[in-house]
Formats: sequence, structure tokens, C-alpha cells
Amino acid sequence: MAGSTQTLENLANREYEWGFVTDIEADQAPPGLNEDIIHLISHKKGEPVWLLEWRLRAYRRWLEMPEPEWSMVQHPPIDYQRIVYYSAPKQRKKAESLDEVDPELLRTYEKLGISLLEQKRLAGVAVDAVFDSVSVATTFKHELEKYGIVFCSFSEAVQKHPDLVQRYLGSVVPYSDNKHACLNSAVFTDGSFVYVPKGVRCPMELSTYFRINAENTGQFERTLIIAEERSYVSYLEGCTAPKRDENQLHAAVVELVALDHAEIKYSTVQNWYPGDSEGRGGIYNFVTKRGKCLGKRSKISWTQVETGSAITWKYPSCILQGDDSIGEFYSVALTANRQQADTGTKMIHLGKRTRSTIVSKGISAGRGVNTYRGLVKIGPRADGARNYSQCDSLLLGNKCAAHTFPYLEVKNPTATVEHEATTSKIGEDQLFFCQQRGISPEDAVSMIVNGFCKQVLRELPMEFAVEAQKLLGLSLEGSVG
Amino acid sequence: MNAPLLEIEDLHASAGGEEILHGIDLVVRAGEVHAVMGPNGSGKSTLAGVLAGKPSIEVTRGKVSYFGRNLLDIAPEERAREGIFLAFQYPVEIPGVSNMYFLKTALNAGRRHRGQEELDAIDFLALVREKMKLMQIDEKMMNRSINEGFSGGEKKRNEVLQMAVLEPRLAILDETDSGLDIDALRIVSNGVNSLRSPDRSMIVITHYQRLLDYIVPDFVHVLASGRITKSGGKELALELEEKGYAWIDGGAGR
Repeated sequence: MAGSTQTLENLANREYEWGFVTDIEADQAPPGLNEDIIHLISHKKGEPVWLLEWRLRAYRRWLEMPEPEWSMVQHPPIDYQRIVYYSAPKQRKKAESLDEVDPELLRTYEKLGISLLEQKRLAGVAVDAVFDSVSVATTFKHELEKYGIVFCSFSEAVQKHPDLVQRYLGSVVPYSDNKHACLNSAVFTDGSFVYVPKGVRCPMELSTYFRINAENTGQFERTLIIAEERSYVSYLEGCTAPKRDENQLHAAVVELVALDHAEIKYSTVQNWYPGDSEGRGGIYNFVTKRGKCLGKRSKISWTQVETGSAITWKYPSCILQGDDSIGEFYSVALTANRQQADTGTKMIHLGKRTRSTIVSKGISAGRGVNTYRGLVKIGPRADGARNYSQCDSLLLGNKCAAHTFPYLEVKNPTATVEHEATTSKIGEDQLFFCQQRGISPEDAVSMIVNGFCKQVLRELPMEFAVEAQKLLGLSLEGSVG
Repeated sequence: MNAPLLEIEDLHASAGGEEILHGIDLVVRAGEVHAVMGPNGSGKSTLAGVLAGKPSIEVTRGKVSYFGRNLLDIAPEERAREGIFLAFQYPVEIPGVSNMYFLKTALNAGRRHRGQEELDAIDFLALVREKMKLMQIDEKMMNRSINEGFSGGEKKRNEVLQMAVLEPRLAILDETDSGLDIDALRIVSNGVNSLRSPDRSMIVITHYQRLLDYIVPDFVHVLASGRITKSGGKELALELEEKGYAWIDGGAGR
């Protein structure tokens, strides 16, 4: 018995591989938050007045708003005045192409396995890379322009497509939505913008890679994706950060809008620095993600693999407004060591015959705490709406925890709502069985965990599914207790 | 006489704080099939567990050597890669992990250990298909999760299939016959018999003589209350069947 428990204990204490720091000069604002800083950010970005005013409204609202306290996560109060709200890698001028990007930056992405140069040559994925607060390079831009697809940094979109930005910014996540979204609205510095015109099927995966580098910086990116009628786009984001003893705040907002018959597939592989085994350092990942199925028969699908961050607080949601629209949420959340995750989704059924599917897989190891929190709301007009939810928890060891909080609000008698939940433990019998066949305990755990997550992983684009699988294995290495 | 492959000397082992094996001595040579029989609770599965390295069993005294090495110092997965195979009495289910994938991972772990090249998907499939035929297991079953929703007979056939693919040096079959109907028993026994070879040894643990009609052992040992109380040739099994365990166990304090 002791042997196997020991193995499980060891399995969760892995090292973070992406914890290096890039030595690069940064153009930074002084720490602290006030209206001057917001003016500064807006000025640096050369923003129109309406956007500055929107930021200021958000800031004033933020001052009054309480921190959300309903979740299971626990952390000391955040000192917002110690955070740096603007940090940009210093470059002589804005890079127009990859050749002009600082080679040190490119090497950083290389180390992360994201070779921007490679991306230039190999068809398949277009990448936007966000370093600290600003977007450093977007590959494949010209290729995409042929289809009329806009894929650029948020700052660029503000300059080049102000009408679209003004029309949709805050239309899904209003600045007053919650404290973290409010902060983001006030101080967001960059992010990605995607616009897919009518009838266009985006020919490649669009991908953004986020990296927090500078110390004491927060990353507040903002993503806006608009899919016009009968269009399709698949978007993926990945994230890492260096090892720091201090907690760093990441408060992003993602808004998706799908018009009639449009489909948006949004996948996340989140691997922010999770902190060490004692819970020192790590990213606070407080993110608001929401999609609106505005048009009839539109579809939004969220897939997330969350293995990093000290604390994850996010609920990618769908507002199913168009009749016959579809929302999906597939999630794997892994908490090892002292990580905490409170994650799930909201499916808001407003239109008729709207359908949603929720598949959530939580894995807790070490002293990790994993909470699924999901709301399924069926409005009075949503005749014939259907939801299916499945929430499974897998425990490794006996010091971790898993919680499930499903909320159902059904205001239409013709709706069908199903909920299934299971909790299981990787048994010593299963481990021994694998060992007896020659498989090491590490490989056995990784195999069992991947088996547990299969339903979600198969929703990811192929190459990212492989990466996610590796990540799950690594995240559990040497861990569980 | 062949060199011993496995030597067990004065083996004492406990589980859950209670001593179950009270001094076992047994020598198995290459190519031999030993049957270990005994009533419930006599320590048969504990003996199998010790050999495979089950973590919940503690060896308190004695020696076990395998090809001259101290077996008790070797991690369970390495024992497996070195050719020890245990067909479980109660094979576990692992949801989401396909039988096929599992078996390929296991086979390649062993091959890597022995410095052989790993089999790719195509070669592996060719190998496993041949063994599947032998065990009457179809592809559908191979693509299902390990043992999930398998009947008792299917689970046991699956164990022997794994054994056939992994080709162990020492196979331990822990009550592989329990819960099998006569057809399944025949399939399982055929599979096991086809694996008999001069350099492969087997320890067949069973409660009933019936299995030994199909898998004919070279030696039979009777285990009672944690000791081997009698050893003999295959005729001992028949004698046991006739007279019952009480004949052996009479004075052993049960």
C-alpha cells in the first residue's frame, strides 16, 4: 500500500518547464492604477476618444465593485496598486513583418515550441503572439486577407476597423459584468481581433499565444471574434509565463459573436505558471469568456484544457439567443500541488429549440481543489430547449478535493435538461495492473488521465490535442497526495 | 536438470498486518508447469501477489530469486518487463483506455527494456490479430476500454491474450478458471497450452482439479494455511479431488 501511495505522492510534484525569463528591455508604466494610467495606455495606443471614455467609465465602475466572493477559490486580497498595467518589449518601431521582430523575442517563442518563422512556411495555423501587453507578430496575415478575413492585434483593429470594434466591444461582456471584466475593460492593452466575412470558411486554425514575461505585470488582453452569416472559424489560444515567487494577475475578456448559421470553435490550452509545490507564486487566471449566438442556427463551441495557473476562475459561456442555436462546452481542468480551479460554464437558452452540451472533466491531485460550477438557464421563450451536462471528477491521492455545483433555472415547461455526474479515484489496483504489464506508474497515470479526458481532447484540433495530452502527463509528473 | 528460474525459500508474507504465508519453499525450473491448489484463504493469491510485487503485501521473511536475482528488490513494472506475468483473478477495468492501446504500450515497454525496437502500429496489429484468433477475441472488443463491461469469461480470455502477446518467461495464472463455463474454459486452456514451451514456466493457481484436465501440470502443490503441505505429480490433483482438502488440511488448524 505504502509503495503505491508514495508513487502517487511523487507523481504530482513536477517542475514547470516554461519558467524561464526573457531578458528584454521593456517600456513600462509605473505600477499602480489611476485615471492617468488609463490615459497613458489609451494615448500609447493612439485610441479614439470614445474608447478612452469607455475605459474611464469602466474604471469608475470598477472602483465601486466588490470582488466576487461566491467561488471556492481562496487568495489574499490583490494589491492592485502594485501591478504594472502597461509593459511592452522595447522595439525601435512597430514590427511590420517577422523580420523586424526582436530576435530575442522570436527565440522565446521558439523555446515555447511556437516557431513563428516555421509558421510562416508551414500552412495550417496562423499565429498572433502577445508578449506581456502587446501583440508582437501576426503570421499569415496576407494569406488571410485574400479571404477578407481580418486577424490582427486588438490595437490594430481599433485603428483599422473602428466601426466593428465600437459596435461589438462590450456587446457580449458589458464592462460592468464583474470586477475582473471591469478591470480589463479599463486597462486592457492588447489581444486578438478576428472578423470572418459572410459565407467564408476560414481555411486555417487561428491561434494566439500569450506570454507574461515582465515582473509584476498583469496581462489584460481582450479578444473579439465576429463570425458573419454562414462563416466558420476555429481559434486556439495557448499561454505560459515565467516562474515568479509573486502572484501575477491575468484578467482577460473574450467576446464571441456568431451571426446566422455561423460557427465559432474556440479552444484553449492554458498552462500559466501554477506556482510551486508549496503554493508560492503562480498566475491568478481570472477570465471572462462569453459567446453570443446572435443569429439563428449559429453555434459556439468552447474547448478548454486548463492545467496551469495558481488559481483559475473562468466560465466560458454561451448566450443562445438565435432560434435553433447551439452551445457547447468541453473542459478538462487539472489541479495539482496547491492549485485551485473554479471553472465551468453558463448556457443561457433564450431562443427556441436551442441546444447545449456540457462535458466537464476535473482532475485533482496533490492538494489541488477543483470545482465545477455551471449554470443552465432556460428562458420562458425557449420552447423545446435541450441541455445535456456531464461532470466527471477524478481524484489522485487523498489530500485533494473535487466539488460540483450545477445550477439549473428552467422557466419553460417544454425544456429537457439532463445532468450526470461521477467521481472516481485512480485506484491502486489500476496502477498495479498497469505496472504488472510493464508500464511505469507515471505512464499509467498519464494513460488513465488521458483516457478519462478523451471525450474532451478529441474536440481539440489534432496538433493541439497531442500537446494537451503531453501537458496533462507532465502536469501530473511527480505529483499526487 | 534445468537451472532454477524461480527459487522461493522460507517465504513469510503479510497483508493488512496479518501474516498469511508462513514459510513457503518452491523451486520452478524452465519449462515446468506447477499447479498450486488449496482451499479459499490458504494464501494462493498472496503468493501470486508476492511474485508480481503487489504493494499491499509485505514480505516479512525469506528469499525469492528469479534468474539468480533478488526478485524482492525489483519494482513491479521491471519484473513484468523481465518476463513475469500475472493473469489476475479479478482483472480491473480502466475506462477510456482502449485494450489495443494498452497492450501496445505494455509490449513496447518490455521491448524497450530489453533493447529491442518498438513495434509500430502495423506490426503490432499483425501480431495481436494472430493471438486474437487464438483467444477468439474480436476487434470490437480490442477497441473497447480495458475490461469495461466485459463478461467474466471475456476478462479471463483477455488476460490470456495479454499473456500471449507479452510472451513471459514465468506466467502466474491466478484462478484463471474461476467463473468460466466449459467453452470458455476450453478456449482459455488452449491459449495457455499453446504457450507452453521449454523455456517458459507457469504457476497455475486453482481451486479445482477441473482446470488441470486441460492444463496438465508437471507438479502439484497443496497450499493450506500458508504452507505447502504436500507436493507430488499430476495424480495428486486427482487424489485431492476424490478426498477433498480436508484430507490434506486435517491437522493444519483450520
